[in-house]
Amino acid sequence: MSLSRTIETPNIDDALAVARPPRKHVLDLDDFSREEISEVLESARSMKEVLGRDIKKVPALRGRVIVTLFYEASTRTRISFEEAGKVLSADVINMSASGSSAEKGESLLNTGLTIQAMGVDTIVIRHPHSGAPYLLAQHLNKVSIINAGDGLHAHPTQALLDLYTVQDKLGVGGQGSDSQGADSRGSDSRGSDSMEGLKVVIVGDVLHSRVARSNIWGFAKMGAKVVLSGPNTLMPPDLLRSKGNIARSQIASMVEVDTNLDRAIEGADVVMALRLQQERQNAGFLPSLREYIRRWQVTDDRLAKAKPKAMVMHPGPMNEGIEISNSIAHGGSSVIEEQVTNGVAVRMALLYKLTIGAPE
Amino acid sequence: METDNIVIRRARIIDPRRQLDRVGDVLIGGGQILGTGRVGVDRRPEGCRVIDGSGLVVSPGFIDLHCHLREPGFEYKETIAAGSKAGAKGGFTTLCCMPNTNPPIDTAAVVEFIHQRARQDSLIRILPIGCVTKGRKGHELAEMEELASAGVVAFSDDGDPVYDANIMRLALTYSSDLGLSISNHCQERSLSCNGVMAEGSVATHLGLDGIPAAAEEAMIARDIALAEATGGRLHVAHLSTAGSVSLVRQAKERGISVTAEVCPHHLTITDQWVFGSKGQPTAAAGGLAYDTSTKVYPPLRSQRDVDALVTGLADGVIDCIATDHAPHDVTSKQVTYQDAAFGISVLETALGSLLQLVHGRKLSMGAMVERLTNGPARVLGESFADLASMEPGTPADIVLFDPNAEWTVDTSEFESKGKNTPLEGTVLKGRVVATFAAGNIVYESPELRFEAPRAKP
Repeated sequence: MSLSRTIETPNIDDALAVARPPRKHVLDLDDFSREEISEVLESARSMKEVLGRDIKKVPALRGRVIVTLFYEASTRTRISFEEAGKVLSADVINMSASGSSAEKGESLLNTGLTIQAMGVDTIVIRHPHSGAPYLLAQHLNKVSIINAGDGLHAHPTQALLDLYTVQDKLGVGGQGSDSQGADSRGSDSRGSDSMEGLKVVIVGDVLHSRVARSNIWGFAKMGAKVVLSGPNTLMPPDLLRSKGNIARSQIASMVEVDTNLDRAIEGADVVMALRLQQERQNAGFLPSLREYIRRWQVTDDRLAKAKPKAMVMHPGPMNEGIEISNSIAHGGSSVIEEQVTNGVAVRMALLYKLTIGAPE
Repeated sequence: METDNIVIRRARIIDPRRQLDRVGDVLIGGGQILGTGRVGVDRRPEGCRVIDGSGLVVSPGFIDLHCHLREPGFEYKETIAAGSKAGAKGGFTTLCCMPNTNPPIDTAAVVEFIHQRARQDSLIRILPIGCVTKGRKGHELAEMEELASAGVVAFSDDGDPVYDANIMRLALTYSSDLGLSISNHCQERSLSCNGVMAEGSVATHLGLDGIPAAAEEAMIARDIALAEATGGRLHVAHLSTAGSVSLVRQAKERGISVTAEVCPHHLTITDQWVFGSKGQPTAAAGGLAYDTSTKVYPPLRSQRDVDALVTGLADGVIDCIATDHAPHDVTSKQVTYQDAAFGISVLETALGSLLQLVHGRKLSMGAMVERLTNGPARVLGESFADLASMEPGTPADIVLFDPNAEWTVDTSEFESKGKNTPLEGTVLKGRVVATFAAGNIVYESPELRFEAPRAKP
């Protein structure tokens, strides 16, 4: 038994690439290689083409059953998964904690086992506790688990749709969005899906953000430079170098932290504003929303310091006027609605991948 | 059985109280140690059974200052019967059980219940620890003198800290004439908040609420100041941070009456184990992450903390090793990390874990044995000295162990009802061969070798 030290394996992608079995679960992006992320984004491109048709239905997952198991409120993620499943002809059953046996005290594990016993193929779970999807993945041997957001931990499908949106907008990745594009993928387009040189600035409450965590993995794996900006009280403590004596995570090694947003945003290609939950002020993380707005709201003035074509993202739901100004949220640089549209395509790609296996 | 004479031959005898560490024989009879050293064939009593102790270590039985036997109230997690068997299997002959039972051990009646249950169900010595405050609620002092008269050996509200500083001050002051320690679970709740694991890199990766080291250190600093001011006897339960070791070190240098304990898991495994990969470095959380068997209070911390704790234990700043054996039922752990109960089932793996430090040359065998025997006895007080002695005439509470036997942890073989350990499936080196309580063999492994009887020459 080894007494291990801090994580020191930067080349995990190489390790993962060796004899990786077909993926069964999507729990986070930390175990995706760049190649696998590219594969999903490529597949999402074909899926988006389906969504553009008059008749949005393909039989790919006919006869498959997907359960969305949501222990937290959600609009876009749940509907997005439901639509993704239905477009692919799967049967989608929605279940939320309220109105289910969870209200009678049934444990998550027993709920999962019950759903598995009904013969479903995939469970899409959102849960307020970090790691809840792992609990199901560890004990349910017949179903695939997709993490649709767990506590503060991860929201991998959000990160994938964010990556897709950036690639799509900046024209990196497979250029043609038509289905023929896939055939002409050659060695020249390999590598063009990378995001080397891109600067992505994530603004706000990183400490409590599963979206931020998954996006850090995703963008860093694709080669982008990730800068975090927000109050020090809302940064994971190990990301603050000056606070010194605790081990730094691999996440810490993939990002820079600059509390000064005016400086951090300079030359950015992507600016992502995170939702600021109003309770954070009551819990003492912030002196006031007013001061937060003054220092970290994404505004026109601040965006002017980014690259001219910089895009603004937000995972939703927005607090307009707090983390993002109204004019930015609905302005020309915003890709917030595209994010939602792309979410359906990316989730179709993942459902397909887990059920049918990776495309040739 | 009780009057059987047994001689253990050619074992390495480690008796820290007498600073004895040499190969020799131990003669037991009438429930007592009759002699140590060379016991020639001619000195063996008639019918004396002979154990071949070559390659084995024999020492006073281990004393655990901190374990949870869960009875009364939580018999589905552990009982005095099962816990004492687990203790015997782990080489312990004395277990001090914490009062976070239901009802808590805050009246003489509950102390008497535990004594009665121990007489009936336990093969080893069970010494209850009484509450500091009524109902462990932290508001009013428990009837400490009555508890002491009934036989508690220390006071603690363990599981919860004595969070009100003035109550802690009063408890230290009030109990200062009773000669017993107050063992505090140091956790500043306003800092630990909803934390479920150590603050740091793994918590960041997994999105789990972190417990800062300062949550422990702030209360230890407070309690040291109170111990200095009152002259009470402070015992700091389960140290887990490098900073805590420094605080205790400084306090001792200033002559303050403070003692401290550390648990086997905090000495040997880190917060990396929460990834579920048994401490192997990992860049991706992977499917085994959020291993709830690693959820414990205080939390598993960084290698830097582990190193400081080992150093503090080796140089004596930390007086003793205590298990904080905290057995749980399966359901309490088959939930999300946030919902899982805190605690590890430790009694049966303690020795194997600690011997890693000995084999890794971070701790001497003598120091390990001292911190499991004489160290805790000193914390309990001078009247308990015999529990950690192999002086002729003392009770034959001893353990015989093979420091080199490799075995794989298999919780289905545990005597404890608690199967909750992150060490399941790992290989440990070192295992108890036999445990004797008052001269009786209360645990024996298949490795125990009796020599064929020989006639006297």
